[in-house]
Amino acid sequence: MSGDIILIGLAGVLSSAAPIIFGVVGETISERAGVINLSMNGMILLTAMGGFAVSLATGSLILGFLAGAAIGALVALIVAFASITIKASQVAVGFVLALLCRDLSYFLGNPIMGEAGPRLPSASIPMLKDLPVIGALFFRQDLMTWLSFILILAAWFFIFRTRPGLVLRGIGEKPAAAYVRGANVNRLRYLYTVLGGAIAGLAGPIFSLSVKAGWKGTISGLDGIGWIVLAITIFGGWNPFKAAFGAYLFAFLQWLGLVLQPALPGLPSQVLQVAPFPLMILSLLLVNIGNAEWVELSLAHLPPRARRSISRLLRAMNATPPAALGTPFAKD
Amino acid sequence: MQVELRDIRKTYGPVKANAGISLRIPAASIQGILGENGAGKSTLMKILSGFILPDSGEIFLDGQAVSIRSPADSIRNGIGMLHQDPLDFPPMKLIDDFILGHPGALGLGKAAAAREFRALAEQFDFALEPEAWVDSLTVGERQQLEILRLLWLGARVLILDEPTTGISLPQKEKLFATLKRLAAEGMSILFVSHKLEDVEFLCDRAAVLRQGSLVGEARPPFDTRTLVEMMFGKEVPLAERRTTVRESGILQVRDVSLEGLRIQMRNVSFEVRAGEVIGLAGMEGSGQSTFLGACAGLSRPVEGSFCIEEQDMTGRSHHDYKKEGVAYLPAARLEEGLVPGLSLTEHFVLAEEKKGVFIDRRKARRLAQERIELYNIKGRPESTVESLSGGNQQRMLLALLRSPLSLILVEHPTRGLDIESTIYIWSKLKARCAEGTGIVFISADLDEILQYSDRVIVFFAGKVSPPLPASSLNVDRLGALIGGKLWEELESEVAHA
Repeated sequence: MSGDIILIGLAGVLSSAAPIIFGVVGETISERAGVINLSMNGMILLTAMGGFAVSLATGSLILGFLAGAAIGALVALIVAFASITIKASQVAVGFVLALLCRDLSYFLGNPIMGEAGPRLPSASIPMLKDLPVIGALFFRQDLMTWLSFILILAAWFFIFRTRPGLVLRGIGEKPAAAYVRGANVNRLRYLYTVLGGAIAGLAGPIFSLSVKAGWKGTISGLDGIGWIVLAITIFGGWNPFKAAFGAYLFAFLQWLGLVLQPALPGLPSQVLQVAPFPLMILSLLLVNIGNAEWVELSLAHLPPRARRSISRLLRAMNATPPAALGTPFAKD
Repeated sequence: MQVELRDIRKTYGPVKANAGISLRIPAASIQGILGENGAGKSTLMKILSGFILPDSGEIFLDGQAVSIRSPADSIRNGIGMLHQDPLDFPPMKLIDDFILGHPGALGLGKAAAAREFRALAEQFDFALEPEAWVDSLTVGERQQLEILRLLWLGARVLILDEPTTGISLPQKEKLFATLKRLAAEGMSILFVSHKLEDVEFLCDRAAVLRQGSLVGEARPPFDTRTLVEMMFGKEVPLAERRTTVRESGILQVRDVSLEGLRIQMRNVSFEVRAGEVIGLAGMEGSGQSTFLGACAGLSRPVEGSFCIEEQDMTGRSHHDYKKEGVAYLPAARLEEGLVPGLSLTEHFVLAEEKKGVFIDRRKARRLAQERIELYNIKGRPESTVESLSGGNQQRMLLALLRSPLSLILVEHPTRGLDIESTIYIWSKLKARCAEGTGIVFISADLDEILQYSDRVIVFFAGKVSPPLPASSLNVDRLGALIGGKLWEELESEVAHA
């Protein structure tokens, strides 16, 4: 394999991870506020279909993306209303919505199945695109891929470096404590759940208008992506940087499967297609290994210095979920 | 700032939590609010701090009527409350916790905030490091952090809800010194407690609540008997000390070394005899919880052995310890001891561990009814455990214990309970001792340790004292040992003995 092909492949990894990144960042914001939006899988399908349909009808890419964000926000609003106002189980509501949105997208998308529609052009930057290596990796991407880079930075900065971001972490961690400090917990939870839904709602149109352009119903290959998004949110420890790493790892493993297929003719192709999933589980286990008691016990036998640095490393990798995740807030 | 509450009323269903309370707290003073559990102290304070809304009533600050409809309103009016369980964020850094809720620009302004944090901490002589994590602090330090935060927010009225439960003696002394100083600087302080000695020592005046009403006010010098009578409507006699120690041993701890991630203990040896009560004293996080957990088989010693009634139990599981008659009652009642959502009856069914799949509902209910009466629990068989008050939850835990038991290990048996419940809990524990059960307990309350223990083991930063007869100790000596003083003396005494 020549260097160029690898570079183009890796550039493809960056762009095919873009929708996953939008999904993961949206879910991270929502979960940081304490609300699990479990509808992700159906919601991505519905926004992919809806975004493509709007774009097809209007000829406008922008309207297609906006439609995706609007659908995502609407689904998130239902989750927020059910879990915050009615105090119903977030898991049950989200799960039912995931199924409903999926079937709805297949049903409503039937008339436009297989039609050729608009596609997001790549937006190469002159001069920069000719730089060796990084030119091919970063500067021949389309707009949404760039936005995905910016989104990771912006979300991280917001959550960890701004005052509203600090309050966001507070309402997901201990809402009562945030409340006595003057935060309007339920209103903020509404806001961040809907915002997270809107961001995640862009994931669908990125698929249907760019990464896997068009709407092909059940054979779109999008079913399941939303569950991966939920897993990566946990794997990423509710931190946009770590979550982005997870998204890229997943996209990379998928690409590797495609590349290795011709090199390993004896291996059934299904093995490589399925491989990213168990590999994701393995890495999840590895990241959270510090939680296990036997690790703590075996560490106790190491010399103090080694033990301290290892436990610091484990603590850095190991993320604890927002303590109030999934629980409604009521002042006793 | 002068605070006046006028005819505050709040009802929860049939319960009158506050039945028209009027109270005036002058500026620059410390007002004690006394009352047993459920007297309405917390409700009144939560109303003043905007956490809950009263049904009716008015609040005046410096003679001006103010409307407090949310915590944001109370903060704006300069009222800050230190809740019984510190309402802070354990997984955050101190500085982030400090900034959260403070108004300001979009950026966090960490450097400036850290400067102010250090200046305030130095002013009050609190050893807090802004880059440390909140979950590494003791309860006392978390209170200090909250006090600094409220002062930074500009609080001029400070409410403290049971601040002395769960903190050590030196921390309590420091807290009291801080409060006296703040009052001298013009702050009004409301000190809510059911501990008479704290109120007597600290407060300029005291108001006593009973069943939602203000039953009386007192000024120093306080008369303990009158205060107790006002709180309970009757006199409560203190149990007299009596010992039930027998010769036979229950638990032998031999040369045990334990290692947690933060603390290590080496070569601990002692024996618990039948009917004996051993108190474990020490600042929170000094190793006593780890040690008590190890006695219940929850963690394994690196070296040494645990024997129960001559049977080697080292390395066995908690389940095996239970079979040998060891009961463990952790500090977090609702998290570890009881199952929220299950009714009292269902708890008794779980605890009985009968064979078979089906539950005999009628029999279970009858059993629950019996135990509820026997243990004087205020609740019905079908009430859920989380609807019980703290004192009743603790009674419930005791009611769930099987009989006979060889050893009871209990963390903070009476934390957050009023005098009456405390005396009741200990009368039940002592009745177990009379049957030959050994008890090992942890408490942050030195008086409790000295009152009920036969022998005391002191923990300090991983150091473990030999069992000291309670008769050889007093509050001052025990307080000094907990704070890490007098240990050399103690070690030389042991070497000579």
